[in-house]
Amino acid sequence: MSVLVYTESEQGKFKKVALEVASYAKAVANQLGTTVTAVTINASDASILGNYGVDKVLNVTNEQLDAFNAKAYADVIKQAAEKEDAKVVIVSSSADSKYLAPLLAVGLHAGYATNVIEAPSSTSPFTVKRTAFTNKAFNITTINTDVKLVAVSNNSFGLVENSGSASAEDFAPAIPEFGVHVQSVDKASDKVSIADAEIVVSAGRGLKGPENWGMIEELADVLGAATACSKPVSDLGWRPHSEHVGQTGKPVAANLYIAIGISGAIQHLAGINASKVKVVINTDPEAPFFKAADYGVVGDAFEVVPALIEKLKAFKAQQ
Amino acid sequence: MKILVCISHVPDTTSKINFTEGDTKFDTNGVQFVINPNDEFGLTRAMWFKEKQGASVTVVNVGGPETEPTLRKALAIGADEAIRVNTEAIDGFAVAKQLSKVIEDGGYDLVIAGRESIDYNGGMVPGMIAGLTNANFVNNCISLEVEGTNATAIREIDGGKETVTTSLPLVIGGQKGLVEESDLRIPNMRGIMMARKKPLQVVEPIATEAETSSIKFEKPAPKGAVTLVSPDNLDELVNLLHNEAKVI
Repeated sequence: MSVLVYTESEQGKFKKVALEVASYAKAVANQLGTTVTAVTINASDASILGNYGVDKVLNVTNEQLDAFNAKAYADVIKQAAEKEDAKVVIVSSSADSKYLAPLLAVGLHAGYATNVIEAPSSTSPFTVKRTAFTNKAFNITTINTDVKLVAVSNNSFGLVENSGSASAEDFAPAIPEFGVHVQSVDKASDKVSIADAEIVVSAGRGLKGPENWGMIEELADVLGAATACSKPVSDLGWRPHSEHVGQTGKPVAANLYIAIGISGAIQHLAGINASKVKVVINTDPEAPFFKAADYGVVGDAFEVVPALIEKLKAFKAQQ
Repeated sequence: MKILVCISHVPDTTSKINFTEGDTKFDTNGVQFVINPNDEFGLTRAMWFKEKQGASVTVVNVGGPETEPTLRKALAIGADEAIRVNTEAIDGFAVAKQLSKVIEDGGYDLVIAGRESIDYNGGMVPGMIAGLTNANFVNNCISLEVEGTNATAIREIDGGKETVTTSLPLVIGGQKGLVEESDLRIPNMRGIMMARKKPLQVVEPIATEAETSSIKFEKPAPKGAVTLVSPDNLDELVNLLHNEAKVI
């Protein structure tokens, strides 16, 4: 009976969230006095997982699974959980994992807790802390079923290195009929995605037009950050909807969220509340965002942002 | 085409979030409840199917009598009929089981649910009802076309979007993009009057056990005041982010 963790990869390479959920699985396994088994799908080198507490890796290699398919991936993870007799299964809060996890919960008859931000406070009963009310509160939840499914909120637990090494085993599960078929994918492969990013640089209507986003992208480049935007900006078509952060857009749980020219409507704040440190740059000292921020600069974005880019470049050069 | 739209009855975005009974229950005092925003996009898309392709639209909710005004609002927007499963929505899995029974009894071709509700944010109900009813499932859906029994959908993925094809019966987890926000409908007086006459069926729940239990709620610690940095001293901001916040 081990803890099973699904470690996501993209084009063979593990996502950062995979290492985070592996770290979380190790913490749970320590509490239960058991080991961690990871299941990977078309990942090229799983040995790194040993550094994050994984004892054994089930490697699935199958061309049919090159493109993500929620039903098939859920079925593969279910078969891995059954093979390992796993009583706790851990996934991330990426868009893909949140897509497959409800199907997996049904398949395993597992109680499912989402947006979990800490290791369990107790394993009997299995009790976790999760965010609720769009990050305006926390909910302490117990999972009552024999098999438990936990989705860990991105950037909540962090990476915890271990000195162990993982054994590897090839695993060839049965693949179900897909039902949903991918026709095309439209994705900027060279950009950091909001879900994976530790730092997000976001801008609003204060930027005055899409032609002014060059400095936002440059600031994001310097920080290795993802770019995002407020709702009016995506509604105006200045930036794609996939960058819209907020209640009806994407949630952001970054370590650092920099908001430039965004006043801080309640729906926007709901989407970024889970971020740890918030910096606001705005000309209006009365902007509501300053009440939610940790650090603020009252000033013109067109002057502050280029100057900040230069300061950060100098800082990076010294590191 | 028979469409079922799942409607969550949720506190308005601007609501103050408080708890009662030793922080075990959400305090509804003074709270305005609304149709969950993600469900509202789905409901409007269902109206489009009804008007352009001749579909019937049923809305459903799991909850007590206090949720009926939200269902009536959906009827006023144009749904044909409503079903309320008469039980408290105790956890996502239990809600999904109740909804799956409604789906099986009604033989719906297309089920539209919001990708998540803005109260518990679980995002699990659409996928669970797909799993329980053995229907195809597309999550984070931002576009949906149906022709005969075939469907083409676009879904948002991390960093982009993906076009998929599938077939009915289908469950989608919908969100903004299914329709534009400017296309969302506000009930007019005629719609409100007609909604009073439309059927709102109350069905008793099936027996389920809660897979999860809410023990209590906590609120985040109060946040300290913002530290303001002069635009002429951005070295200080870099220093604070590096040495104090330790995020760069």
